[in-house]
Amino acid sequence: MTSATAVGARAAAPAPRARKHKRDWRGWGFVAPFMIVFLAVLVAPVIYAIVLTLFRTQLVGGSAFVGLDNYLQLFQDPRFWESLFRVTLFLLIQVPIMLGLSLVAALAIDSARLHGTSFFRIAIFLPYAVPGVVAALIWGFIYGNQFGLTGSINDLVGFQLLAPFSSEWVLASIGNIVTWEFMGYNMLIFYAALKIIPGELYEAAELDGAGQFRIVTSIKIPALRGAIVIATIFSIIGSFQLFNEPNLLKNLAPNVISTYFTPNMYAYNLSFAGQQFNYSATVAIVMGIITAVIAYIVQLRGSRQEVR
Amino acid sequence: MFSTAPRRSVRRVALATATTLTLGFALAACSSGSSGSSDSGSEADIEAALEAGGTLTYWSWTPSGEAQVAAFEEAYPNVDVELVNAGTNTEEYTKLQNAITAGSGAPDVAQVEYYAIPQFALSDSLVDLSSYGFGDLEDQYSAGPWSSVAFDGKIYGLPQDSGPMAMFYNKTVFDQYGIAVPTTYDEYVAAAEQLHAANPNAYITAENGDAGFTTSMIWQAGGQPFTTDGTNITIDLQDEGSKTWADSWNRLVEGDLLSSTPSWSDEWYRGLGDGSIATLLTGAWMPGVLESSVPDGSGDWRVAPMPTYDGTPVTAENGGGGQVVLKQSENQALAAGFVKWLNSDPASISVFLESGGFPATTADLESPDFLAQTPEYFGGQAINEVLVDASKNVPTGWHYLPYQVYANSIVPDTVGQSYESNSDLNAGLQDWQDQLVEYGNQQGFTVNK
Amino acid sequence: MSAVTSPKRPAFARGTKPTHKARQRKSIVLTIVMAIFVIYSVVPLVWLIVNASKDQADLFSSFGLWFGKDFNLFQNIYETLTYRDGIFVQWFGNTLLYVVVGAGGATLLATIAGYGLAKYNFPGRRAVFAVVLGAVAIPGTALAVPTFLMFSQLGLTNTPWAVILPSLISPFGLYLIWTYATDAVPTEILEAARMDGASEFRTFFTISLRLLAPGIVTVLLFAVVATWNNYFLPLIMLSEPTWYPLTVGLSQWSAQATGVGAQPIFNLVITGALLTIVPIVIAFLILQRYWQSGLSAGSVKQ
Repeated sequence: MTSATAVGARAAAPAPRARKHKRDWRGWGFVAPFMIVFLAVLVAPVIYAIVLTLFRTQLVGGSAFVGLDNYLQLFQDPRFWESLFRVTLFLLIQVPIMLGLSLVAALAIDSARLHGTSFFRIAIFLPYAVPGVVAALIWGFIYGNQFGLTGSINDLVGFQLLAPFSSEWVLASIGNIVTWEFMGYNMLIFYAALKIIPGELYEAAELDGAGQFRIVTSIKIPALRGAIVIATIFSIIGSFQLFNEPNLLKNLAPNVISTYFTPNMYAYNLSFAGQQFNYSATVAIVMGIITAVIAYIVQLRGSRQEVR
Repeated sequence: MFSTAPRRSVRRVALATATTLTLGFALAACSSGSSGSSDSGSEADIEAALEAGGTLTYWSWTPSGEAQVAAFEEAYPNVDVELVNAGTNTEEYTKLQNAITAGSGAPDVAQVEYYAIPQFALSDSLVDLSSYGFGDLEDQYSAGPWSSVAFDGKIYGLPQDSGPMAMFYNKTVFDQYGIAVPTTYDEYVAAAEQLHAANPNAYITAENGDAGFTTSMIWQAGGQPFTTDGTNITIDLQDEGSKTWADSWNRLVEGDLLSSTPSWSDEWYRGLGDGSIATLLTGAWMPGVLESSVPDGSGDWRVAPMPTYDGTPVTAENGGGGQVVLKQSENQALAAGFVKWLNSDPASISVFLESGGFPATTADLESPDFLAQTPEYFGGQAINEVLVDASKNVPTGWHYLPYQVYANSIVPDTVGQSYESNSDLNAGLQDWQDQLVEYGNQQGFTVNK
Repeated sequence: MSAVTSPKRPAFARGTKPTHKARQRKSIVLTIVMAIFVIYSVVPLVWLIVNASKDQADLFSSFGLWFGKDFNLFQNIYETLTYRDGIFVQWFGNTLLYVVVGAGGATLLATIAGYGLAKYNFPGRRAVFAVVLGAVAIPGTALAVPTFLMFSQLGLTNTPWAVILPSLISPFGLYLIWTYATDAVPTEILEAARMDGASEFRTFFTISLRLLAPGIVTVLLFAVVATWNNYFLPLIMLSEPTWYPLTVGLSQWSAQATGVGAQPIFNLVITGALLTIVPIVIAFLILQRYWQSGLSAGSVKQ
């Protein structure tokens, strides 16, 4: 199989990349189609958005150049900071939990100590196939305080045990949906990385008398570092861009999920309810920069440790 | 870093972007001029256009839309109307606003609720229909809906339906707990306490700060929080009427006597069916919804006039809307003809009535047939007598803000917080006002200055 | 479940690991722990299946995790497929169109470009990747307005292109193919082909493409999921339901329960949701042997 040879070849002799390539222009022939579409549908709107941030259009009085005013306003906007704080909190709690669960699941499935490994693998992965819209819909019904599954549990214990839409719990409720959707996806990324650890490493470890726990901590986890970094980066981007789930649940908890619950919802409501396109674009650009910087730092830290 | 080849393509895209921008700003600057046809027209133009025929696009989510369009096309075989469900209320407004901003893509005719009409009128996106002789139609409509489409000396559309508020109550639940039908808000609060004490799972109503409900209740209490004179706006959500409502409704909010089940959710529908939500203070269009979607409540529900503050019968409009003609339309005379037919021709109105709608046309409101209806669902009560009576008790002089769609979108952030924390509604209203003043001034209006 | 158990992944075929594995005893405790994971993952889906079998009245009156008075699944499916002259079927067709053209195109572009990045050391190579990754960080939701305004100037809004064009870009796919191609296509083969006088593109299509197959399937699968689940972009771009994909259509059905003239069709929303995820689950089961091997080679790079 292709990947086996590829992996094997790499493990045996990872040739320094620079020597493999001659510096030439032919590569652009391959990259050009992607880049043209990329520039047209992604870079152009970004540039347009940046231009928008320098203007202010009013319902009465039209458009005027305002320089960096929108940015100054944003930095003093408590709603923006509140939403940023909320997704940061979400990031710090939900992402480790989700990735932790994914890791446990991946290690368990890789351990060969399970009955019916492939059933577990596919069952845990299934939620990823469910569109976010549908997922929010399903969980919205389940979270129902009076008639949903939550309501049934509350009736069973006889008091308000669960209140998914209360202001204390709503972030956790959203975190649960996101975890449900992406746990299996991250599990697979980890699992795939575990599958390519060379068997010799395990044999050596067993000769040394290392137990299962030792193997996990000193072979498997280190081997997963790269996968963890990439999963973390994607989760950070996902958290900062949190939108679909809270926006769809807003119908069910309008007072708890505010119009500025996440930065992305804030940007959305600014432009679509408030016609504040310029300010909305400012939120988008600033969030983009923050996300890129954090993702870059994670990447940097991740790869530095890998190099050691 | 980039080679010459991609740099050229970057430049090309940048150029395209710049062109787009210029176009965008140009269009934004003169959005009214985006269509070729002029505003002026006459009644004769309408007739000629209907004869000549053509194609119209019509955005609507109303259940009767399809049958009405079919009937229209039968009456005017030369006209082809493409009915598009572009989304329900705010979803449609978003798309409409986007199309207006973009300068193309708007339909010829759109369904717009009353509260949103001033916003589209302000951005000069709607055709003034008075030149087509629509002023003569005023007598055909009840006063409330008419004043919602005709203001500032212009006529922006024709009313399709209306929603004079009434109290829908679950008689079975009221009888079970021996509760008398409240006629004042003091009695309403007492009923709420009595019901909730007797059955902790039951609430007098479900309410957590719906924007339309909030404005309608202030309207009923005699408040006029929004006054607009050109771009000068005054917002006073602590005027006498607003305070009257807030102080009275506070007793339910602070007493935790309201179900927080959000309107229109599946739980809400269930609550209406199983008696845990005992009343609804809402528009006269509600019977159609109850009959078709809350089968479990059949026989339980009745209609009574709205509770009042001092015994004088008074109510307000809640929901409802009409059809407007967009300035982007290439064939405004034809579009006007369609709107006129849609909301005044008996063939159209009868389709509308069959779908369970509540009309805005006085002839239909007063027709003996309509008044004499005694639906089984409401235990044979002649509900239309109550509802039509309500339509006559709507105070005049109410106005929405020229940015009411935005205003409504932030009600949960402000007024909704009072419900959430069971605390003083006046604080929530004040917060709402503050944000509306700030927004209005940012948008170039002169608010409270 | 035979599709699940049959594939033997390459890692097993290498001989060393299975011996290590064979010695492991099966653990009941671990199996039980994992069963909890499965319950968590599957219960909402079970809920969906159970409730797709209820009519609206049952939906409002019966316990969520068990069947109602009547078994109405087939009735619901029939109604879902025929409601409003079969608009659901049309949405299904639209979704297929967006998936085939959008995800197919995205995979093609990402494959060619990723290969180019991996195998040619051309000026600006690093910049390409930096720009692509940087752009991913900008929230798409908030770029919707600029994109919408641009597209409407070009007359693209309310056409399938407005949905397809943006979905042609898959930065993750690009990244995956890049890392995959670096190892999967040995440079020596390429040089041999060049010696034989084959053009670069000919080499790519005759030799490299075959070697990249597992990686391509992986990218295709992610792209299919992304376009199948695409919600926000079509919501903004399309005003006519005739062009809606399933996700937007379903949320419109859901919104129909609101306001004056409300017509709730919760049973059809739930059944529609079930029908929406069935094809994608099937695609997963069929393609899983490919994407797993593709993924492993992709993540090894990190």
